[in-house]
Amino acid sequence: MSAAATRASEAGSPQGWGILKPHIGKLKKHIAIVITAMLVSSVAEAAYPLFTRYAVREFIEKETTEGIAAYVMVCAAVIIAGGAASVLWTLHSITVEMRVGPALKRDCFARLQTLPVQYYASNSVGYLLARVMSDTDRISGSIAWGVSGMLFSVCYVAGAIAFMFALDARLALLLMALLPVAAGVVWLFQRKIIVVNRRIRHVNSRISGAYNDSITGVKTSKSLVIEDKNSAEFEEITAEMYRESVRLATLRAMLIPLVSFLGSLAVGAVLYRGGVLQRDGLLGFEVLSAFISYAVGIIEPIMQLTRMITDFVSVKACVERVSALLNEPLTISDTPEVTEKYGGIFDPRRDNWEPVEGRVTFENVYFRYPGGDRYVLEDFSLDIPAGTTVAIVGETGAGKSTIVNLACRFYEPERGRVLIDGRNCRERSQLWLRSSLGCVLQDPHLFSGTIADNIRYGKLDATDREVERAARLASADAVAARLENGYGTQVGEGGDMLSTGEKQLVSLARAVLADPAIFVLDEATSSIDAETEALIQNAISNILRGRTSIVIAHRLSTIRRADVILVVDKGKIVERGTHAELMELGGRYGRLYTSILLK
Amino acid sequence: MVINMRFGSLIELASGCKRRFAAAILASVAGLIMSFLTPQVVGFTVDTVLGGAAAARAGVSGWLAETLGGVERLRSSLIICALGVAACAAAAAAFNYISRSQLAIGTERFIKRLRDRLFSHTQRLPLEWHAKNMTGDVVQRCTSDVETARRFVSEQFIEVIHTVILAAIALAVMFGMNATLAVAAAVFMPVILGYSLFFGARVSRRFRLCDEAEGELMATVQENLTGVRVVRAFGREKFELDRFDIRNDALAEKWIKLGLTLGVYWSLGDVISAAAVLAVTAAGAYLAASGRLSLGDFLIFLYYTLMISGPVRQLGRTLSEMSKAVVSLRRVADILNAPVETDETGAPRPPLDGDIVFDSVSFAYGRQPALRGVSFTARGGAVLGILGATGAGKSTVTYLLSRLYELPEGCGSITIGGVDVRRIDRQYLRRNIGLVLQEPALFSKTIFENIDIASRTGRLDAARKSARAAAIDSDITAFKDGYDTLVGERGVTLSGGQKQRVAIARALMLGAPVIVFDDSMSSLDMRTDALIRESLRRSTRGATVIMISHRVSTLMTADSIVVLDGGRVAETGTHGELLKKNGIYRRVYDMQSARSGEDGPS
Repeated sequence: MSAAATRASEAGSPQGWGILKPHIGKLKKHIAIVITAMLVSSVAEAAYPLFTRYAVREFIEKETTEGIAAYVMVCAAVIIAGGAASVLWTLHSITVEMRVGPALKRDCFARLQTLPVQYYASNSVGYLLARVMSDTDRISGSIAWGVSGMLFSVCYVAGAIAFMFALDARLALLLMALLPVAAGVVWLFQRKIIVVNRRIRHVNSRISGAYNDSITGVKTSKSLVIEDKNSAEFEEITAEMYRESVRLATLRAMLIPLVSFLGSLAVGAVLYRGGVLQRDGLLGFEVLSAFISYAVGIIEPIMQLTRMITDFVSVKACVERVSALLNEPLTISDTPEVTEKYGGIFDPRRDNWEPVEGRVTFENVYFRYPGGDRYVLEDFSLDIPAGTTVAIVGETGAGKSTIVNLACRFYEPERGRVLIDGRNCRERSQLWLRSSLGCVLQDPHLFSGTIADNIRYGKLDATDREVERAARLASADAVAARLENGYGTQVGEGGDMLSTGEKQLVSLARAVLADPAIFVLDEATSSIDAETEALIQNAISNILRGRTSIVIAHRLSTIRRADVILVVDKGKIVERGTHAELMELGGRYGRLYTSILLK
Repeated sequence: MVINMRFGSLIELASGCKRRFAAAILASVAGLIMSFLTPQVVGFTVDTVLGGAAAARAGVSGWLAETLGGVERLRSSLIICALGVAACAAAAAAFNYISRSQLAIGTERFIKRLRDRLFSHTQRLPLEWHAKNMTGDVVQRCTSDVETARRFVSEQFIEVIHTVILAAIALAVMFGMNATLAVAAAVFMPVILGYSLFFGARVSRRFRLCDEAEGELMATVQENLTGVRVVRAFGREKFELDRFDIRNDALAEKWIKLGLTLGVYWSLGDVISAAAVLAVTAAGAYLAASGRLSLGDFLIFLYYTLMISGPVRQLGRTLSEMSKAVVSLRRVADILNAPVETDETGAPRPPLDGDIVFDSVSFAYGRQPALRGVSFTARGGAVLGILGATGAGKSTVTYLLSRLYELPEGCGSITIGGVDVRRIDRQYLRRNIGLVLQEPALFSKTIFENIDIASRTGRLDAARKSARAAAIDSDITAFKDGYDTLVGERGVTLSGGQKQRVAIARALMLGAPVIVFDDSMSSLDMRTDALIRESLRRSTRGATVIMISHRVSTLMTADSIVVLDGGRVAETGTHGELLKKNGIYRRVYDMQSARSGEDGPS
């Protein structure tokens, strides 16, 4: 583990449920309102059966209607107070949920912005998305509703029990004996339901994945004539879904009638015991009827309470996953001294940034990818003077992209140093480095938005004229010209409305607009067809003139113009020189060149 | 009739499960009747047995008391009454269980069939349909709209029936017992229903706004995560966080607004329900005090009022949600109503090793022309190269040849060995044309399964042989799990070039008489490209090969070469002939071999 990683864990950010601490603190007022309002509404609700009892005793048994108007007024007042309290409760609970959830989402998102690129290589986007979006939702939901709902149920049950004991201890004890049974049944079922539910979610994601696979791959499936095979495999997944769904539905179909049956049993028990007591003159009619109301009403809160407890158990897993994300070590990070001077990624101190000349140096660099057992670069040294263009040639897997990854500090060397203008990369902030570098990567990722939006990503405050100038330089103006709305055309999610070649042109324009001191082009024009490439070749030479640039390409036309060509094999430079020199040498480069062109 | 036609396929799928649905409804009604009996028994016990009111009353209660051995006997053994309650409750629970489980089985079977049908249907829809419909939208219809349909069948539909029956029985019984008090209870029902309908619609609208805001936030996060390298490369973390904050705050705000609506909705509903109970209590007390209602009946009334106010409240909400379900059902039905590719039965399956002839073929995607009168011949067993820039119509040639798009009548003809491809059995045709696409799809399976997916030999040695010919074997064996490595979201991500080579290996497995490489080496470096072409020459000996590319180096060894430009054939000939012509081919060749650099301005 690197020094940076150790530092990050030393920082001691909160773990487990502790991740909620900083957010809950700000919500004390809301939480106080939630709890108060909830108490009021639960007391009001628990009092409803008392109304019946009063009506039976004071009006029906005494056979009088005197005072019934006042009685209705009092009851209505209690009902309205309960209603008002529950409006407050709902509103503030949602407020708590919507403060905690988004705050957690923000924590996760900000963390993901600082985690090294390597983290993304080992965690799929779908996985991370689920952490940021659904886990945080479940946590905040259970905090806002679960906790107060649980309090509500506890209060209701406690209140009801208190009232019952006040009315008649014998009957109260009888009902109390039934409660653990109901709770036990719900607990057992709920645990099973959670397990089956998890399986269903899993199968469900497989179903979505299968649809996605089959629809994006429909051309391939048709050309291979494997539609029937695909369907047969899909039917296996839906058969599993059928089994699990029926299992879940059966569990639920048993639980709900079972609980209401237990409720009825409670009524029956009260009726029996209470009836005997009443018959023998030991119990009033009104007490019996109030008890019947409690027996009916107490089952539902018990069921909810149990369900919430089991929910909490599963939310704990969400908390652990989010906490793991927030505590994920930063294997690449700026030292406190660097941050002090240059600022962090969210609050840069640009005044302190030195201008870049553009010399890039690799000094005895050893590198292997995490988990890899062989070095991709081994004792690799390279010095690119400011203002020169270096082309790197080599087979797939020779380590070309690794050089880019190290230059951009997406990864750090295991041994050796990468220097910019003679100073170690680590002595300056990541943001400084990347603001000085213009990277055009092999996979030309665009964001949804217009073509202009995407180019402007290179320089956020660029004017339309600047955007169009950059587009012209990179020949992306032809892409805009082809489209109905020109630069205002929406490119769709991930730029899907454009072809790969067009995306490469737009991403090139984006880097041109950023106007960096150092250019890194990693197969940046691989999908552009030959004629267009010929067009932009001169433009690229103009752009690169006077800047340091590292160009990786497998097109010889791109490579030939470089000041120096490096032939890389198995992480080592095997040949270096200009095109003419290397051709004269007649080594690997010469063989490569002739084998392709003059066969 | 219109409904029948539009939802015909859905109704057909559902009707296979109609016995389950019928059983569910019957059991549900039986359960309802049982749950109505429970309060009756309670009332009977309180009134007749304990209250001794039986003497004053004839009818069912009296008869029942007599049958069970008289009031006195019941008074001394109250356990009978308690058991009566338990028995009714048990029967109600059993019926309830039957109803729910039958409904679940019926629904899940229907949904499984719907999912399967959607899957096979979307695969059989022509490419033209897929080009017009966005993947995300189609997947959403197959997943979330189906889920909405599921909820409609399993919850909403049955709930409406259940609630209507419940309310009808309750009101009938109540009117039978005491008309005055029944009116007091019934008056509230339309109020509750209307109120929840009105608020339900508002709540649904607010929910939809929240859903949209959530979708936007989700898209923002997803794009940030997939574009992480670009974000980092430009140092745009702060910009991204600001953008995230805007969406995140917007979502929270919408939810808090929804919370206000929800809070008022729920609480007011509680208040109205409680008011209904209070009204019944007060009116009942008034009636009972003046001797026009027994205590037992009073309790039964309370019980029934409580019992129906909840479901009636829910009914309003459900009815307003059902409009959403109808929209979803329509979106699903629209997929199923789109016509699929069909073949005449008994279409011919001629040998496909003859010459492939394009004769003045014209084709347009909608109004955008792709090919204009293209004619050329690929000799059987020979290699034909097709060169062209993006948009020259190269891919259209392959689509028409394998009938991924259908060439309309009167737009020229495509024949293989003299037989028009439009007459040939579609599946047979495709199975015998090994087509490798520029951006081939791999499936979420192991690499071996992907290579063997169409050939289904189950033989690893055969797969390895093809993989070696496609120069991908060493890449695969370098993975920890080798050929058992999973591909896709849950497995490794292959580079564009690796995907292309796996796809080449997959096509070679078929040993098809015709093989088409549609720019399928564009992501490979030149050396690998050359290597593969060398080994292909050996492994595709005897087959007709069509090699499409924008790279001269890929094509120059072909037996003949066609140059496409703007949908027309610009030049044809061998590499040598075309070089001499000094046309497009020559120009592209010079550019790609960087010869222009020497004479050019650089």
